[in-house]
Amino acid sequence: MSRLVPGLRKAAPQFVCLAMILFFNWLAFPGFFDLRIQDGRLFGSLVDVLNRGAPVAILAVGMTAVIASKGVDLSVGAVMAMAGAVAATMTVSGHPLLVVLLSALAVGVACGLLNGLLVAVLELQPIVATLILMVAGRGIAQLITKGVIVTFNDPGLIFVGTGSFLGLPMPVILAAALAIFAVAVVRRTALGLLIESTGVNRSASTYAGINSRLLMVMIYAFSGFCAALAGVIAAADIRGADANNAGLWLELDAILAVVIGGTSLLGGRFSILMSVLGAIIIQAMNTGILTSGFPPEYNLVVKACVIIMILLAQSVSLGAAGWLPRRVPAAKSKEA
Amino acid sequence: MSNPDLLTASDIRKSFVGFKALDGVDFSVRAGEIHALLGENGAGKSTLIKVLTGVLKPDSGVIELKGSQIAVRDTLHAQQLGIGTVYQEVNLLPNLTVAENLYIGRQPKRFGLVDTRTMQKQARALLADYDIDIDVGAELSSFSVAVQQLVAIARAVDMSGSVLILDEPTASLDRHEVELLFGVLRKLRDRGLGIVFITHFLDQVYAISDRITVLRNGRLVGTRETASLPRVELVSMMLGRTLAAATGHGRRDTLPQSSRQIAFSNFGLNRSLAPFDMTIHAGEVVGIAGLLGSGRTETARLMFGIDLADAGTVTIDGKPVRIASPRDAVRLGFGLCPEDRKADGIIGDLSVRENIALALQARRGWYRRMSTRDQTELAHRFVKALDIRTTDVEKPVKLLSGGNQQKVILARWLATSPRFLILDEPTRGIDVGAHAEIIELINKLCDEGLALLVISSELEEIVAYSTRVRILRDGVHVGELVGAEISTGSIMQAIAADQGGVK
Repeated sequence: MSRLVPGLRKAAPQFVCLAMILFFNWLAFPGFFDLRIQDGRLFGSLVDVLNRGAPVAILAVGMTAVIASKGVDLSVGAVMAMAGAVAATMTVSGHPLLVVLLSALAVGVACGLLNGLLVAVLELQPIVATLILMVAGRGIAQLITKGVIVTFNDPGLIFVGTGSFLGLPMPVILAAALAIFAVAVVRRTALGLLIESTGVNRSASTYAGINSRLLMVMIYAFSGFCAALAGVIAAADIRGADANNAGLWLELDAILAVVIGGTSLLGGRFSILMSVLGAIIIQAMNTGILTSGFPPEYNLVVKACVIIMILLAQSVSLGAAGWLPRRVPAAKSKEA
Repeated sequence: MSNPDLLTASDIRKSFVGFKALDGVDFSVRAGEIHALLGENGAGKSTLIKVLTGVLKPDSGVIELKGSQIAVRDTLHAQQLGIGTVYQEVNLLPNLTVAENLYIGRQPKRFGLVDTRTMQKQARALLADYDIDIDVGAELSSFSVAVQQLVAIARAVDMSGSVLILDEPTASLDRHEVELLFGVLRKLRDRGLGIVFITHFLDQVYAISDRITVLRNGRLVGTRETASLPRVELVSMMLGRTLAAATGHGRRDTLPQSSRQIAFSNFGLNRSLAPFDMTIHAGEVVGIAGLLGSGRTETARLMFGIDLADAGTVTIDGKPVRIASPRDAVRLGFGLCPEDRKADGIIGDLSVRENIALALQARRGWYRRMSTRDQTELAHRFVKALDIRTTDVEKPVKLLSGGNQQKVILARWLATSPRFLILDEPTRGIDVGAHAEIIELINKLCDEGLALLVISSELEEIVAYSTRVRILRDGVHVGELVGAEISTGSIMQAIAADQGGVK
């Protein structure tokens, strides 16, 4: 409990921000908080926010680990398209659901391994290394779908995107399960410490006996897995694989979610749950702008303003807590 | 030798915030001489060069060229005045041709366009002076570093032509290339140039220089004729110890004959380190002494698996082992406190607790996490044992002072109960109090049966804790002092010895 309180205090700007966005959403659309149960399933704008935000939240879980290791994964949007394309074409050609899902996820892991090899073994800069798949991946996805939108009617696969479990939409369940699983793995084992350590100072971490190369390959593979899961959900949601548009620009939303969640792009300390919260904030904003009847042209501008405000609020609160670099010299002189 | 002074700098002072980089230094170069400028790290060599070439403005002092006072505005102005500089890292453009590099900024023109043919003809003629016959139309990067270095010298001499300053030009050259370079330098000297030559290699100093100036801690120690300056005296000038004052002996006269030993044999790394053998017993401290660039840190990196030895074997207690990465070394119970604490040692943003637990956790594997309580307990134990001054073990380690950061890294290794610790300059940049504590700790660990290898530039320090001292010179392990032989004097003599002076 004593450990939870400072954690909550650190998360205060994000929670305040989410509350404000929800409040504005309610002003613009009074039915925003209404929830109703129909056919054993929860409906309402709030559920909608979670449901629509699930793919980005899933991407953000993987992206958090990557960014904590001082990297970035630009390829997740393209990997979504590839995984969706694989799932759709395999379903159409009659493979069983389990094979389809495993194949799609395996494609994501393979892409992640490639990124990891480029970054950790060949020591390419992450932004360049993952740019390769960001561009090539979408091309490969189009090759898989032969340039058309592959539609399918397999109820099993569709269930992944539109079904429900315990009254909640499947994407929400999957995102929550993934996030809880990831948090458990990094915090119940030493992975979290090793990732943070490698992100802050890879050289020193290697000297301390951490296999930083393998660790980074695994991190990128995990990000690829998350991207593939998001891709399958996105494809199942629209019952088809659109190689051109699936996951388009979502890598940027995922990075944004991580940054809003408070993980520094310079690597080090990270929080997966806060990144998921960041993804929810982004989606709450998107949904709010759409339901408020604002002309859609204003969407991106409003979004940009809100994001600037969140980041400012964050940096002020971090500065007050003594986390900003400019505070360091003062603290140092005190020490000496 | 009675040549007039070409370039004279007198009473040069330069200080940076709260720190005197140059404190009343006099320096002069004569026409037709090669003048070696020596000093350990931080002695003020590069500051002096920067003042002479106009990169920095001196706070006070007079610089005269050929008898008339000059005020160097910037490097371009220095070149126009006749002072050319060639840096250690060749500062030419590798993607341009040799001829373009020689004439960039002053290409011969015809009708307003670069006249490539004339330029290449001139370039060939210029390089012919240096007995270099290469395709001047080829890209510079297609030639060896030695040739690039010579091209840089040719350009500097051609543009400036009275004083040539060479900042560690031989650092990345092999023996043959050094000879080639020296041939050129001798030729230039005979043409009447004044050459300033900075290096760490004493053999090279004696091979080529006419006079030697030594700086230490921003002050002039002295300028001497090379021919009349014995090596031992030169080393004592550089290190600031006089032979008369050099007393004291190893803290142990008898070698512990422990059967627990780590033996490296025939370890070496291509250009930087000649193959060496070393056996370290449990309960002894092997000191490593040598000048900067003599291969001290390279030795440590090889032993810890950061660089991979070209050949050689390691055995622990007689059993052969393989060290292909720091991870292997850590598994075998090795630890390394690196020279650059900030870049390779501490994990700045993480807490004292996490920094201390890191190596132990890495060795346990990721799936066997130490609980936060165990980590805290471990951290508290070492904070107390090593007297690490921090308000809180959760404090980011980057907020601690240098000495306490060093103790945190030591604690990280001690937590793994190591058998062998390598300490590279463990007391550099640490205040006096922590300094004494770390030396005390080294002695204590040794008594407890740890094997230690300690690299240090502080000779008194090495004398104070070493049971044996390994002497390094120019990338070669040249000798070893044992027990009563160890004193600052004998170490200096060994560093300075010509060839195989000690056993």
